[in-house]
Amino acid sequence: MEKVAIIGMGMTKFGECWDKGLRDLIAEAGAKAVTSAGIDGKDIQAIYGGNMSAGRFIGQEHVGALIADAIGLSPIPSTRVEAACASGGLALREAYLSIAGGIYDVVVAGGVEKMTDVYTEQVSLTLGGAGDQEWEVFHGATFPSLYAMMARRHMHDYGTTEEQLAAVAVKNHSNGAKNPLAQFPFEITLEQVMKSSKVAEPLKLLDCSPITDGAAAVILAKESFAKKVCDNPVWITGSGHATDTLALDDRRSMTTLDATKLATKVAMKQAGITPKQVDLAEVHDCFTIAEICAVEDIGFVKKGEGGKAEADGMFDLNSDIPVNTSGGLKACGHPVGATGIKQAVEISWQLRGEADKRQVKDANIGLAHNVGGSGATAVVHVFSREVR
Amino acid sequence: MPHRKSLASVWRRIPQRYRMESTMCETCGTYFFPPRNFCPTCRRKSKIKHYAAKGTGKVYSYTVIHVPQEGFELEIPYVLAVVELDEGAKLTAQLCDVDLEDLKIGMPVEVTFRRISEGKGGGIIHYAYKFTPISGQNK
Repeated sequence: MEKVAIIGMGMTKFGECWDKGLRDLIAEAGAKAVTSAGIDGKDIQAIYGGNMSAGRFIGQEHVGALIADAIGLSPIPSTRVEAACASGGLALREAYLSIAGGIYDVVVAGGVEKMTDVYTEQVSLTLGGAGDQEWEVFHGATFPSLYAMMARRHMHDYGTTEEQLAAVAVKNHSNGAKNPLAQFPFEITLEQVMKSSKVAEPLKLLDCSPITDGAAAVILAKESFAKKVCDNPVWITGSGHATDTLALDDRRSMTTLDATKLATKVAMKQAGITPKQVDLAEVHDCFTIAEICAVEDIGFVKKGEGGKAEADGMFDLNSDIPVNTSGGLKACGHPVGATGIKQAVEISWQLRGEADKRQVKDANIGLAHNVGGSGATAVVHVFSREVR
Repeated sequence: MPHRKSLASVWRRIPQRYRMESTMCETCGTYFFPPRNFCPTCRRKSKIKHYAAKGTGKVYSYTVIHVPQEGFELEIPYVLAVVELDEGAKLTAQLCDVDLEDLKIGMPVEVTFRRISEGKGGGIIHYAYKFTPISGQNK
Protein backbone atom coordinates (compact mmCIF):
# COMPACT_ATOMS: atom_id res chain seq x y z
CA MET A 1 0.00 0.00 0.00
CA GLU A 2 1.26 3.52 -0.82
CA LYS A 3 1.89 5.83 2.12
CA VAL A 4 -0.26 8.96 1.99
CA ALA A 5 0.57 12.49 3.14
CA ILE A 6 -1.33 15.75 3.45
CA ILE A 7 0.86 18.31 1.69
CA GLY A 8 -1.47 21.31 1.63
CA MET A 9 -4.56 22.54 3.43
CA GLY A 10 -6.96 25.47 3.53
CA MET A 11 -10.39 26.53 4.72
CA THR A 12 -12.73 29.48 4.49
CA LYS A 13 -13.95 31.50 7.44
CA PHE A 14 -16.85 29.51 8.91
CA GLY A 15 -20.09 31.37 9.62
CA GLU A 16 -23.03 33.06 7.94
CA CYS A 17 -21.22 33.88 4.69
CA TRP A 18 -23.96 35.90 3.00
CA ASP A 19 -21.61 37.17 0.32
CA LYS A 20 -20.50 33.70 -0.78
CA GLY A 21 -22.29 30.90 -2.62
CA LEU A 22 -21.39 27.21 -2.70
CA ARG A 23 -18.97 27.60 -5.60
CA ASP A 24 -17.28 30.65 -4.05
CA LEU A 25 -16.71 28.74 -0.81
CA ILE A 26 -15.20 25.64 -2.40
CA ALA A 27 -13.11 27.70 -4.84
CA GLU A 28 -11.62 29.68 -1.94
CA ALA A 29 -10.81 26.60 0.16
CA GLY A 30 -9.43 24.72 -2.86
CA ALA A 31 -7.22 27.60 -3.94
CA LYS A 32 -5.85 28.01 -0.41
CA ALA A 33 -5.02 24.30 -0.23
CA VAL A 34 -3.28 24.23 -3.62
CA THR A 35 -1.32 27.39 -2.79
CA SER A 36 -0.26 25.99 0.59
CA ALA A 37 0.96 22.78 -1.12
CA GLY A 38 3.02 24.84 -3.56
CA ILE A 39 2.00 22.60 -6.45
CA ASP A 40 0.45 23.29 -9.80
CA GLY A 41 -3.23 22.61 -10.46
CA LYS A 42 -2.27 20.24 -13.26
CA ASP A 43 -0.56 17.93 -10.74
CA ILE A 44 -4.00 17.08 -9.31
CA GLN A 45 -5.55 13.94 -10.77
CA ALA A 46 -8.91 13.62 -8.97
CA ILE A 47 -11.28 15.28 -6.48
CA TYR A 48 -13.37 13.80 -3.68
CA GLY A 49 -15.88 16.31 -2.31
CA GLY A 50 -17.96 15.86 0.84
CA ASN A 51 -21.40 17.47 0.69
CA MET A 52 -24.49 16.41 2.57
CA SER A 53 -27.40 18.12 0.94
CA ALA A 54 -26.84 20.90 -1.58
CA GLY A 55 -29.99 19.60 -3.28
CA ARG A 56 -32.16 20.45 -0.28
CA PHE A 57 -30.19 23.50 0.89
CA ILE A 58 -29.80 25.34 -2.43
CA GLY A 59 -31.50 23.10 -5.02
CA GLN A 60 -28.16 22.12 -6.53
CA GLU A 61 -27.17 18.54 -7.27
CA HIS A 62 -24.29 17.25 -9.40
CA VAL A 63 -21.88 18.66 -6.87
CA GLY A 64 -18.88 16.57 -7.99
CA ALA A 65 -18.70 18.24 -11.39
CA LEU A 66 -19.56 21.62 -9.84
CA ILE A 67 -16.52 21.43 -7.53
CA ALA A 68 -14.15 20.60 -10.42
CA ASP A 69 -15.69 23.46 -12.41
CA ALA A 70 -15.51 25.94 -9.52
CA ILE A 71 -11.82 25.32 -8.84
CA GLY A 72 -10.93 25.23 -12.53
CA LEU A 73 -9.90 21.58 -12.59
CA SER A 74 -12.35 20.17 -15.16
CA PRO A 75 -12.01 17.64 -16.84
CA ILE A 76 -10.46 15.53 -14.05
CA PRO A 77 -12.67 12.98 -12.25
CA SER A 78 -14.59 14.53 -9.36
CA THR A 79 -16.81 12.52 -7.01
CA ARG A 80 -19.32 13.78 -4.46
CA VAL A 81 -19.31 11.77 -1.24
CA GLU A 82 -22.34 11.78 1.08
CA ALA A 83 -22.64 10.36 4.57
CA ALA A 84 -24.71 13.08 6.25
CA CYS A 85 -22.49 15.02 8.73
CA ALA A 86 -19.63 12.57 8.06
CA SER A 87 -19.52 13.43 4.34
CA GLY A 88 -16.22 15.30 4.75
CA GLY A 89 -14.52 12.56 6.75
CA LEU A 90 -15.67 9.97 4.25
CA ALA A 91 -14.45 12.10 1.31
CA LEU A 92 -11.05 12.20 3.02
CA ARG A 93 -11.11 8.42 3.37
CA GLU A 94 -12.11 7.85 -0.28
CA ALA A 95 -9.31 10.19 -1.36
CA TYR A 96 -6.88 8.39 0.96
CA LEU A 97 -7.90 4.97 -0.42
CA SER A 98 -7.41 6.15 -4.00
CA ILE A 99 -3.75 6.95 -3.31
CA ALA A 100 -3.09 4.11 -0.86
CA GLY A 101 -4.48 1.71 -3.48
CA GLY A 102 -2.08 3.03 -6.10
CA ILE A 103 -4.68 4.58 -8.40
CA TYR A 104 -3.58 8.23 -8.14
CA ASP A 105 -0.49 10.19 -7.04
CA VAL A 106 -2.11 13.50 -6.03
CA VAL A 107 -5.76 14.22 -5.22
CA VAL A 108 -7.88 16.84 -3.44
CA ALA A 109 -10.25 15.96 -0.59
CA GLY A 110 -12.69 18.77 0.00
CA GLY A 111 -15.92 19.48 1.79
CA VAL A 112 -18.51 22.22 1.46
CA GLU A 113 -21.95 23.15 2.74
CA LYS A 114 -24.04 26.26 2.06
CA MET A 115 -26.73 26.22 4.76
CA THR A 116 -27.90 29.80 5.32
CA ASP A 117 -29.74 30.34 2.03
CA VAL A 118 -32.87 28.65 3.46
CA TYR A 119 -34.92 29.22 6.61
CA THR A 120 -33.90 27.52 9.85
CA GLU A 121 -36.96 25.22 9.75
CA GLN A 122 -35.90 23.90 6.36
CA VAL A 123 -32.34 23.37 7.59
CA SER A 124 -33.73 21.36 10.52
CA LEU A 125 -35.88 19.24 8.25
CA THR A 126 -32.95 18.55 5.93
CA LEU A 127 -30.65 17.63 8.82
CA GLY A 128 -33.42 15.34 10.08
CA GLY A 129 -32.80 13.36 6.91
CA ALA A 130 -29.57 12.14 8.53
CA GLY A 131 -31.82 10.14 10.82
CA ASP A 132 -34.55 7.72 9.77
CA GLN A 133 -37.22 9.57 7.79
CA GLU A 134 -39.94 6.90 8.10
CA TRP A 135 -39.44 5.75 11.70
CA GLU A 136 -37.98 8.79 13.53
CA VAL A 137 -38.64 12.03 11.63
CA PHE A 138 -42.24 10.99 10.79
CA HIS A 139 -43.00 10.93 14.54
CA GLY A 140 -41.71 14.47 15.09
CA ALA A 141 -38.07 13.70 15.86
CA THR A 142 -35.66 16.57 15.34
CA PHE A 143 -31.94 16.06 15.19
CA PRO A 144 -31.31 17.58 18.65
CA SER A 145 -34.06 15.34 20.07
CA LEU A 146 -32.17 12.17 19.10
CA TYR A 147 -28.99 13.36 20.85
CA ALA A 148 -31.17 14.54 23.75
CA MET A 149 -32.39 10.99 24.25
CA MET A 150 -28.78 9.77 24.19
CA ALA A 151 -27.98 12.41 26.82
CA ARG A 152 -30.98 11.45 28.99
CA ARG A 153 -29.96 7.79 28.94
CA HIS A 154 -26.29 8.69 29.67
CA MET A 155 -27.43 10.74 32.67
CA HIS A 156 -29.59 7.81 33.84
CA ASP A 157 -26.90 5.14 33.43
CA TYR A 158 -23.79 7.07 34.54
CA GLY A 159 -24.95 10.06 36.57
CA THR A 160 -23.78 12.57 33.96
CA THR A 161 -25.10 16.07 34.73
CA GLU A 162 -26.31 19.02 32.65
CA GLU A 163 -23.40 21.07 34.05
CA GLN A 164 -20.97 18.47 32.70
CA LEU A 165 -22.61 18.73 29.27
CA ALA A 166 -22.33 22.52 29.48
CA ALA A 167 -18.61 22.26 30.33
CA VAL A 168 -17.98 20.86 26.82
CA ALA A 169 -19.49 23.97 25.21
CA VAL A 170 -17.53 26.30 27.51
CA LYS A 171 -14.25 24.52 26.68
CA ASN A 172 -14.87 24.52 22.92
CA HIS A 173 -15.76 28.22 22.89
CA SER A 174 -12.56 28.90 24.84
CA ASN A 175 -10.62 27.22 22.00
CA GLY A 176 -12.74 28.84 19.30
CA ALA A 177 -11.91 32.26 20.78
CA LYS A 178 -8.32 31.60 19.63
CA ASN A 179 -9.34 30.62 16.09
CA PRO A 180 -9.90 33.56 13.72
CA LEU A 181 -11.73 31.29 11.23
CA ALA A 182 -14.28 30.11 13.83
CA GLN A 183 -17.94 31.09 13.52
CA PHE A 184 -18.06 32.03 17.23
CA PRO A 185 -14.58 33.29 18.18
CA PHE A 186 -15.58 34.22 21.73
CA GLU A 187 -15.84 32.65 25.17
CA ILE A 188 -19.05 31.73 26.98
CA THR A 189 -19.72 30.91 30.64
CA LEU A 190 -21.25 27.84 32.24
CA GLU A 191 -24.09 30.02 33.45
CA GLN A 192 -24.85 31.24 29.92
CA VAL A 193 -25.09 27.64 28.69
CA MET A 194 -27.30 26.59 31.61
CA LYS A 195 -29.60 29.58 31.11
CA SER A 196 -29.88 29.27 27.33
CA SER A 197 -33.28 28.34 25.92
CA LYS A 198 -34.44 24.72 25.87
CA VAL A 199 -34.23 22.94 22.51
CA ALA A 200 -34.87 19.28 23.39
CA GLU A 201 -34.42 18.56 27.10
CA PRO A 202 -31.85 18.19 28.52
CA LEU A 203 -30.15 19.95 25.57
CA LYS A 204 -30.22 23.73 25.47
CA LEU A 205 -29.36 26.14 22.67
CA LEU A 206 -25.71 26.40 23.72
CA ASP A 207 -25.35 22.60 23.81
CA CYS A 208 -25.94 22.61 20.04
CA SER A 209 -23.65 23.29 17.10
CA PRO A 210 -24.83 26.07 14.79
CA ILE A 211 -25.95 26.38 11.16
CA THR A 212 -22.88 27.30 9.15
CA ASP A 213 -21.58 28.05 5.66
CA GLY A 214 -18.05 26.96 4.92
CA ALA A 215 -15.59 24.86 2.97
CA ALA A 216 -12.26 23.15 3.60
CA ALA A 217 -9.78 21.25 1.45
CA VAL A 218 -6.60 19.18 1.79
CA ILE A 219 -4.18 17.98 -0.87
CA LEU A 220 -3.11 14.34 -0.53
CA ALA A 221 -0.07 12.83 -2.22
CA LYS A 222 1.82 9.56 -2.31
CA GLU A 223 5.16 9.36 -0.49
CA SER A 224 7.52 9.93 -3.42
CA PHE A 225 5.63 13.03 -4.61
CA ALA A 226 5.12 14.37 -1.07
CA LYS A 227 8.81 14.15 -0.19
CA LYS A 228 9.72 15.92 -3.43
CA VAL A 229 7.51 18.97 -2.93
CA CYS A 230 6.88 19.26 0.82
CA ASP A 231 9.19 19.88 3.81
CA ASN A 232 6.60 19.14 6.47
CA PRO A 233 4.08 16.57 5.28
CA VAL A 234 1.45 15.23 7.68
CA TRP A 235 1.05 11.49 7.24
CA ILE A 236 -2.27 9.69 7.38
CA THR A 237 -1.24 6.56 9.27
CA GLY A 238 -4.66 5.08 9.97
CA SER A 239 -8.15 5.24 8.46
CA GLY A 240 -11.29 3.55 9.78
CA HIS A 241 -14.93 3.64 8.71
CA ALA A 242 -17.91 1.80 10.20
CA THR A 243 -21.69 1.88 9.95
CA ASP A 244 -24.61 1.09 12.28
CA THR A 245 -28.41 1.07 12.06
CA LEU A 246 -29.85 4.27 10.62
CA ALA A 247 -32.33 4.67 13.47
CA LEU A 248 -31.01 5.32 16.97
CA ASP A 249 -33.68 3.09 18.57
CA ASP A 250 -32.42 -0.01 16.72
CA ARG A 251 -28.95 0.11 18.29
CA ARG A 252 -27.45 -2.19 20.89
CA SER A 253 -26.76 0.90 23.04
CA MET A 254 -27.88 4.53 23.05
CA THR A 255 -24.86 5.74 25.02
CA THR A 256 -22.09 4.00 23.04
CA LEU A 257 -21.55 4.59 19.33
CA ASP A 258 -20.43 1.15 18.18
CA ALA A 259 -19.46 2.65 14.80
CA THR A 260 -17.04 5.03 16.57
CA LYS A 261 -15.51 2.18 18.56
CA LEU A 262 -15.02 0.03 15.48
CA ALA A 263 -13.68 2.80 13.21
CA THR A 264 -11.26 3.84 15.99
CA LYS A 265 -10.08 0.27 16.49
CA VAL A 266 -9.36 -0.14 12.77
CA ALA A 267 -7.59 3.22 12.44
CA MET A 268 -5.49 2.78 15.59
CA LYS A 269 -4.48 -0.77 14.69
CA GLN A 270 -3.32 0.40 11.27
CA ALA A 271 -1.40 3.31 12.85
CA GLY A 272 0.03 1.03 15.55
CA ILE A 273 -1.03 3.31 18.41
CA THR A 274 -3.16 3.28 21.56
CA PRO A 275 -5.43 6.13 22.72
CA LYS A 276 -2.74 7.20 25.24
CA GLN A 277 -0.35 8.09 22.41
CA VAL A 278 -2.73 10.63 20.85
CA ASP A 279 -1.49 14.20 21.45
CA LEU A 280 -4.67 15.95 20.33
CA ALA A 281 -8.03 15.14 18.75
CA GLU A 282 -10.82 16.77 16.81
CA VAL A 283 -14.02 14.90 17.69
CA HIS A 284 -17.59 15.23 16.47
CA ASP A 285 -19.31 17.52 19.01
CA CYS A 286 -22.50 18.30 17.07
CA PHE A 287 -24.05 18.36 20.56
CA THR A 288 -22.21 18.43 23.89
CA ILE A 289 -23.30 14.86 24.70
CA ALA A 290 -21.70 13.73 21.43
CA GLU A 291 -18.23 14.83 22.64
CA ILE A 292 -18.75 13.03 25.95
CA CYS A 293 -19.66 9.80 24.12
CA ALA A 294 -16.75 10.33 21.70
CA VAL A 295 -14.01 10.65 24.33
CA GLU A 296 -15.36 7.47 25.94
CA ASP A 297 -15.82 5.46 22.73
CA ILE A 298 -12.41 6.48 21.33
CA GLY A 299 -10.92 5.26 24.60
CA PHE A 300 -9.52 8.43 26.21
CA VAL A 301 -11.58 7.61 29.34
CA LYS A 302 -13.72 4.69 30.50
CA LYS A 303 -17.41 4.51 29.54
CA GLY A 304 -19.40 6.76 31.84
CA GLU A 305 -16.47 8.96 32.92
CA GLY A 306 -16.57 11.41 30.00
CA GLY A 307 -18.78 13.99 31.69
CA LYS A 308 -16.63 14.22 34.81
CA ALA A 309 -13.43 14.29 32.73
CA GLU A 310 -14.77 17.20 30.67
CA ALA A 311 -15.78 19.14 33.79
CA ASP A 312 -12.36 18.43 35.36
CA GLY A 313 -10.60 20.00 32.36
CA MET A 314 -9.02 16.77 31.14
CA PHE A 315 -9.46 17.84 27.49
CA ASP A 316 -8.63 21.55 27.83
CA LEU A 317 -6.12 23.21 25.50
CA ASN A 318 -3.25 22.90 28.04
CA SER A 319 -4.07 19.30 29.03
CA ASP A 320 -2.45 16.01 27.96
CA ILE A 321 -5.10 15.37 25.27
CA PRO A 322 -6.57 18.66 24.04
CA VAL A 323 -9.86 17.95 22.26
CA ASN A 324 -11.35 20.24 19.61
CA THR A 325 -8.61 22.88 19.54
CA SER A 326 -10.36 24.45 16.51
CA GLY A 327 -13.39 25.18 18.69
CA GLY A 328 -15.07 22.00 17.45
CA LEU A 329 -18.39 21.94 15.70
CA LYS A 330 -19.80 23.97 18.59
CA ALA A 331 -17.66 27.12 18.26
CA CYS A 332 -15.83 26.76 14.93
CA GLY A 333 -19.17 25.94 13.27
CA HIS A 334 -20.61 22.94 11.46
CA PRO A 335 -21.05 23.26 7.69
CA VAL A 336 -21.96 19.58 7.65
CA GLY A 337 -20.15 18.40 4.50
CA ALA A 338 -17.02 20.44 5.32
CA THR A 339 -16.60 19.48 8.98
CA GLY A 340 -14.66 16.24 8.43
CA ILE A 341 -12.15 18.03 6.20
CA LYS A 342 -11.86 20.98 8.60
CA GLN A 343 -10.86 18.49 11.29
CA ALA A 344 -8.01 17.27 9.04
CA VAL A 345 -6.99 20.89 8.32
CA GLU A 346 -6.84 21.71 12.06
CA ILE A 347 -4.86 18.58 12.94
CA SER A 348 -2.45 19.30 10.05
CA TRP A 349 -1.86 22.88 11.24
CA GLN A 350 -1.28 21.61 14.77
CA LEU A 351 1.22 18.91 13.70
CA ARG A 352 3.07 21.42 11.50
CA GLY A 353 3.21 23.97 14.32
CA GLU A 354 1.06 26.49 12.45
CA ALA A 355 -1.87 26.77 14.89
CA ASP A 356 -0.80 30.12 16.32
CA LYS A 357 -2.49 31.02 19.65
CA ARG A 358 -4.04 27.58 20.07
CA GLN A 359 -0.85 25.65 19.23
CA VAL A 360 -0.47 22.42 21.21
CA LYS A 361 3.15 21.81 22.31
CA ASP A 362 4.99 18.76 20.91
CA ALA A 363 2.05 17.62 18.83
CA ASN A 364 3.13 14.48 16.94
CA ILE A 365 0.02 12.33 16.67
CA GLY A 366 -3.51 13.63 16.03
CA LEU A 367 -6.87 11.97 15.61
CA ALA A 368 -10.02 13.11 13.78
CA HIS A 369 -13.45 11.63 14.47
CA ASN A 370 -16.42 12.45 12.23
CA VAL A 371 -19.95 11.10 12.78
CA GLY A 372 -22.92 10.91 10.41
CA GLY A 373 -26.46 11.09 11.75
CA SER A 374 -26.91 9.88 15.30
CA GLY A 375 -24.05 7.40 14.79
CA ALA A 376 -24.97 5.38 11.69
CA THR A 377 -21.61 6.38 10.17
CA ALA A 378 -18.30 7.00 11.90
CA VAL A 379 -15.00 7.85 10.23
CA VAL A 380 -11.74 8.04 12.19
CA HIS A 381 -8.30 9.07 10.93
CA VAL A 382 -4.92 9.06 12.65
CA PHE A 383 -2.33 11.62 11.56
CA SER A 384 1.37 11.67 12.34
CA ARG A 385 4.47 13.77 11.74
CA GLU A 386 6.39 10.52 11.24
CA VAL A 387 5.88 8.43 8.12
CA ARG A 388 4.83 4.87 8.91
CA MET B 1 -42.25 23.03 3.50
CA PRO B 2 -42.14 19.50 4.89
CA HIS B 3 -41.36 16.73 2.47
CA ARG B 4 -44.64 16.03 0.70
CA LYS B 5 -45.48 12.36 0.99
CA SER B 6 -47.16 10.39 -1.76
CA LEU B 7 -50.37 8.50 -1.04
CA ALA B 8 -48.59 5.22 -1.76
CA SER B 9 -45.81 5.99 0.75
CA VAL B 10 -48.42 6.49 3.47
CA TRP B 11 -50.58 3.51 2.44
CA ARG B 12 -47.73 0.99 2.46
CA ARG B 13 -46.94 1.71 6.13
CA ILE B 14 -50.52 1.24 7.39
CA PRO B 15 -49.89 -2.26 8.85
CA GLN B 16 -47.05 -0.95 11.05
CA ARG B 17 -48.43 2.47 11.91
CA TYR B 18 -52.09 1.51 12.49
CA ARG B 19 -51.79 -2.03 13.83
CA MET B 20 -48.14 -2.35 14.98
CA GLU B 21 -47.58 -5.34 12.71
CA SER B 22 -43.99 -6.34 12.16
CA THR B 23 -41.73 -9.40 11.84
CA MET B 24 -39.64 -11.63 14.10
CA CYS B 25 -37.01 -14.31 13.55
CA GLU B 26 -38.12 -17.72 14.78
CA THR B 27 -34.56 -19.05 14.59
CA CYS B 28 -33.18 -16.78 17.32
CA GLY B 29 -36.42 -15.38 18.78
CA THR B 30 -35.60 -11.72 18.04
CA TYR B 31 -38.53 -9.34 17.47
CA PHE B 32 -38.07 -6.44 15.03
CA PHE B 33 -39.85 -3.12 14.74
CA PRO B 34 -40.09 -1.91 11.97
CA PRO B 35 -40.12 -5.24 10.08
CA ARG B 36 -36.99 -6.77 8.59
CA ASN B 37 -37.03 -9.17 5.66
CA PHE B 38 -34.20 -11.22 7.11
CA CYS B 39 -32.47 -11.43 10.47
CA PRO B 40 -29.06 -9.66 10.61
CA THR B 41 -27.82 -12.33 13.06
CA CYS B 42 -29.18 -15.54 11.50
CA ARG B 43 -29.04 -14.28 7.91
CA ARG B 44 -29.57 -17.29 5.60
CA LYS B 45 -30.91 -19.34 8.51
CA SER B 46 -33.55 -16.67 9.30
CA LYS B 47 -37.12 -17.86 9.69
CA ILE B 48 -39.15 -14.68 9.36
CA LYS B 49 -42.67 -14.66 10.80
CA HIS B 50 -45.23 -11.88 11.15
CA TYR B 51 -46.44 -10.69 14.55
CA ALA B 52 -48.53 -7.85 15.94
CA ALA B 53 -47.01 -6.12 18.97
CA LYS B 54 -49.14 -6.17 22.12
CA GLY B 55 -48.50 -2.45 22.37
CA THR B 56 -47.12 -2.35 25.89
CA GLY B 57 -43.61 -1.51 26.98
CA LYS B 58 -41.34 0.78 28.97
CA VAL B 59 -39.75 4.15 28.29
CA TYR B 60 -36.07 3.54 27.41
CA SER B 61 -35.26 7.25 27.00
CA TYR B 62 -37.17 10.46 26.31
CA THR B 63 -36.91 14.16 25.59
CA VAL B 64 -39.24 17.14 25.76
CA ILE B 65 -39.03 18.99 22.44
CA HIS B 66 -39.32 22.79 22.56
CA VAL B 67 -37.98 23.61 19.09
CA PRO B 68 -40.22 21.52 16.83
CA GLN B 69 -39.80 20.01 13.46
CA GLU B 70 -41.71 21.92 10.79
CA GLY B 71 -45.34 20.79 10.89
CA PHE B 72 -45.29 20.15 14.66
CA GLU B 73 -45.44 23.80 15.81
CA LEU B 74 -48.85 23.40 17.47
CA GLU B 75 -47.64 20.43 19.51
CA ILE B 76 -44.86 22.06 21.58
CA PRO B 77 -43.74 21.12 24.05
CA TYR B 78 -44.12 17.49 22.99
CA VAL B 79 -42.53 14.35 24.37
CA LEU B 80 -40.57 12.02 22.12
CA ALA B 81 -39.41 8.68 23.47
CA VAL B 82 -37.67 5.46 22.61
CA VAL B 83 -40.03 2.77 23.88
CA GLU B 84 -38.83 -0.77 24.56
CA LEU B 85 -41.75 -3.04 23.69
CA ASP B 86 -42.47 -6.07 25.90
CA GLU B 87 -41.47 -8.22 22.90
CA GLY B 88 -37.99 -6.62 23.06
CA ALA B 89 -37.91 -4.35 19.99
CA LYS B 90 -37.32 -0.62 20.53
CA LEU B 91 -39.08 2.13 18.56
CA THR B 92 -39.37 5.91 18.46
CA ALA B 93 -42.77 7.45 19.20
CA GLN B 94 -44.43 10.38 20.93
CA LEU B 95 -45.77 10.07 24.48
CA CYS B 96 -49.12 11.77 25.04
CA ASP B 97 -51.50 12.39 27.94
CA VAL B 98 -48.53 12.47 30.30
CA ASP B 99 -47.61 14.97 33.01
CA LEU B 100 -44.10 16.22 32.26
CA GLU B 101 -43.18 15.87 35.97
CA ASP B 102 -44.03 12.17 35.85
CA LEU B 103 -41.68 11.38 32.97
CA LYS B 104 -38.99 8.87 33.80
CA ILE B 105 -36.96 6.09 32.25
CA GLY B 106 -38.60 2.72 32.95
CA MET B 107 -42.12 4.16 33.02
CA PRO B 108 -44.70 1.56 31.76
CA VAL B 109 -46.62 2.74 28.69
CA GLU B 110 -49.25 1.40 26.30
CA VAL B 111 -50.10 2.20 22.72
CA THR B 112 -52.82 4.61 21.61
CA PHE B 113 -53.83 5.57 18.07
CA ARG B 114 -53.44 9.27 17.29
CA ARG B 115 -53.03 11.89 14.64
CA ILE B 116 -49.32 12.64 14.06
CA SER B 117 -49.31 15.51 11.55
CA GLU B 118 -50.92 16.80 8.41
CA GLY B 119 -49.49 18.08 5.18
CA LYS B 120 -49.54 21.84 4.70
CA GLY B 121 -52.41 23.24 2.70
CA GLY B 122 -54.74 20.25 3.07
CA GLY B 123 -52.37 17.39 2.48
CA ILE B 124 -52.68 13.85 3.79
CA ILE B 125 -53.40 13.53 7.52
CA HIS B 126 -50.94 11.11 9.07
CA TYR B 127 -52.03 8.73 11.84
CA ALA B 128 -49.95 6.29 13.84
CA TYR B 129 -49.17 4.95 17.28
CA LYS B 130 -48.30 7.14 20.23
CA PHE B 131 -47.80 5.87 23.77
CA THR B 132 -49.44 6.87 27.02
CA PRO B 133 -48.71 5.96 30.66
CA ILE B 134 -50.51 2.83 31.86
CA SER B 135 -52.93 4.31 34.37
CA GLY B 136 -51.98 3.92 38.00
CA GLN B 137 -48.45 2.77 37.09
CA ASN B 138 -46.87 6.05 36.08
CA LYS B 139 -45.47 7.07 39.48
